This record gives sequence, structure tokens and C-alpha cells, in this order.
Amino acid sequence: MVMKRDEMLRCLANHVDNEQIVVAAYSSAFDWISIRQSPLNYIASGAMGMTSSHALGFALGWPDQRIICLDGDGSLLMNLGSLVTIAESAPKNLVHFVADNGLYEANGPHSTPGSGNTDYAGLARAAGYKSIFEFDSLLNFEQQIGSVLQATGPVFVWSKVEKGENYPKDYKLMHGPKTRAQFSEAVRRIQRGYR
Amino acid sequence: MSKEKLSGEKIVNAIREAGVSHILSVPDRTTEKGILRRVAKDDSFRHVRVSKEDETIGISAGLSYSNTRSLCLFQYTGLLDSLNAVRAIAMEYSMPICMMVGLLGKKPGVAPKESENYGIRIVEPILEAMEMTYVLIESNHDVKKIVPAIEEAYKNSTPITFLIGRSPI
Repeated sequence: MVMKRDEMLRCLANHVDNEQIVVAAYSSAFDWISIRQSPLNYIASGAMGMTSSHALGFALGWPDQRIICLDGDGSLLMNLGSLVTIAESAPKNLVHFVADNGLYEANGPHSTPGSGNTDYAGLARAAGYKSIFEFDSLLNFEQQIGSVLQATGPVFVWSKVEKGENYPKDYKLMHGPKTRAQFSEAVRRIQRGYR
Repeated sequence: MSKEKLSGEKIVNAIREAGVSHILSVPDRTTEKGILRRVAKDDSFRHVRVSKEDETIGISAGLSYSNTRSLCLFQYTGLLDSLNAVRAIAMEYSMPICMMVGLLGKKPGVAPKESENYGIRIVEPILEAMEMTYVLIESNHDVKKIVPAIEEAYKNSTPITFLIGRSPI
């Protein structure tokens, strides 16, 4: 049975602490902000494909904090070169998840090119990511997620998923200034904690 | 038009003085010799080579949350290719994205809007249509505008674009 994306994210949420920045793309973001309600969810990736680049910026700017990026196959395809950029920049603290449902889900459920045939783990490996994981069952994900989050980065996690429950898709929330202001305030709070 | 050469060293010094620590780049023939080569071998900067120009907009936004200042350095064709990221992240989200853009093919002393080159001619009108602030850098006098413009960008969380109108040496 294919893993549901929200079940995978619920499992991940159990391993994410209160001060962890999570950078999430579109459909993964909508699931995630319902599952892990925190001002440290960064969902303002703005232009599709930019999530992995935002995450790299966070990883370079916060080298002592593990940065989690929740990407999708459609989003990654729009910024495939970022795999090489991230591998070269080599942030040890970046964990790049790709939830692959084979769809441009946010824009209508049409297949991504190469849906079902593209080896995203292979792409990340060839780009030079340090640690690569692949999952297609929740059981395996649950068993290994602790190790995944401890692995040397950049870490790439390719999960073959299908859509789970329906969660609210509030684009005004995603792109609105209030969400960014809350994120900025939360970031300032943890910055003060580091000093 | 002054015969004084545009100094890459002065530009790089201004970038450093503005507190920029990260240079995010795709090479551009206008700026690669005078600016990019200098920052690439200068240990006071972290140089991040990107695969495609729009990545720099996202990386710069992420960096800004840790109070890390960065500069996106690329050719005007890269700017044109990155407009959706610039639209969303720099303008709609009002992030302090600082871009330095080489105008490859622009003749010194000829205003960009008067250029024979279509690509050069449309850059300023596009920035104006996007309501973006920009500064044309063609002389060493113009270089003095870099530090206050970057300070202003980070103080007000707004983007700034520097158009490099001739090759610095």
C-alpha cells in the first residue's frame, strides 16, 4: 500500500522540535501546517520551485540548526539545478524531503513529466548529496526517520506518496504578510535564545 | 563620458562595506573579471555558485532571516529569467534582495533605454513596471551609491538592483 503524505508528515512531526525551522512547498505545506502548528513553519516560498533554494539560504545562515525542507516532485522539477547547487554548497544541516505523488497537485492534479519513471534519489545521488534515503512504505519511514534526521547533510529523502486527507488550502495565509510576520518574530525569538 | 575606468576593486570594497558576506552568482561577462573573480578568491566572502539565477532570490531570502546579507550577481538575461521569483519574493513579500546585474552589450555612455540591443533596452522599463528601485553604475562616482542603497534595502526590507553599465576592471 502506498504511503499517504499526511501519514508520513505526522510521523516526521514527532521528530521535529519546537525550535526547528521547516521550509515547505505548496501541497506539502498545506498538510504540514495543519499537522505541525508552529510559527517556525516557513511556507512563503513565493514562486513554485523556490522552496529548495529558500531552504539552502536558511541552512547556510543557520549552520547550527537542522533545516528541514518539504519539497514536492513538481516543485523540484521546476528547480532541478538546485540539487547541484545544494550539493556543492554542502550544508551538513539540510534535510531535503521530496514527497513524490507524480502530480502538479497544487495547480490541478495533472501528472508531472516522468511521473512514476523518474528516479529522484538517483538524481540527488548524481548531484552529490551526502546521504540518500528512499521510502515507499510508512513502516520503513517510521523505522528510519530517526536515522534520517541524524545523517550527514545534505540529506535527500525521496518518498513515494499519495494524497491523504484533505487539508485547508488557504493561499492568502500562505502568501499573506501575517504569516511572514509571525515567522520573523519566531525567528527573532530563537536568535535571542542562541545569544 | 569620463574616460576613467570603472573600478571592480571599489565595487567589491563597497559590497563588503555594506556588510554583504555571501555572493550568489552565475557568471556574467560584464562583471566576471572585475567583480566575480575578486570575490571568488576573497575569503571574506562566501561565494555560492548556483545553477540558475532565480535560485539566488530564494537563497538570499532564506539568508536574510539570519541577518546574513547577500548579493545576487548575474547578467541581465538572468534577471529576465528570474522575474517570477523577483515578483513574488522581492516585491510581493518585500524581501531585501540585492541584485547586481551586468548589462552585457551596453555601450558605455549610451543610456540603457537608448541601447541598440533590445534586451538591454527593456531592462529599465521592466524594473519600472515592477516598481523596483534600481541604480545604474557606470562610473566610480556611482559606486558611492552602493553602500547606502544596500543599507536602505535591509533597513526597509525592500529589494534593490544595481545595473552595471560597463565592465569594471
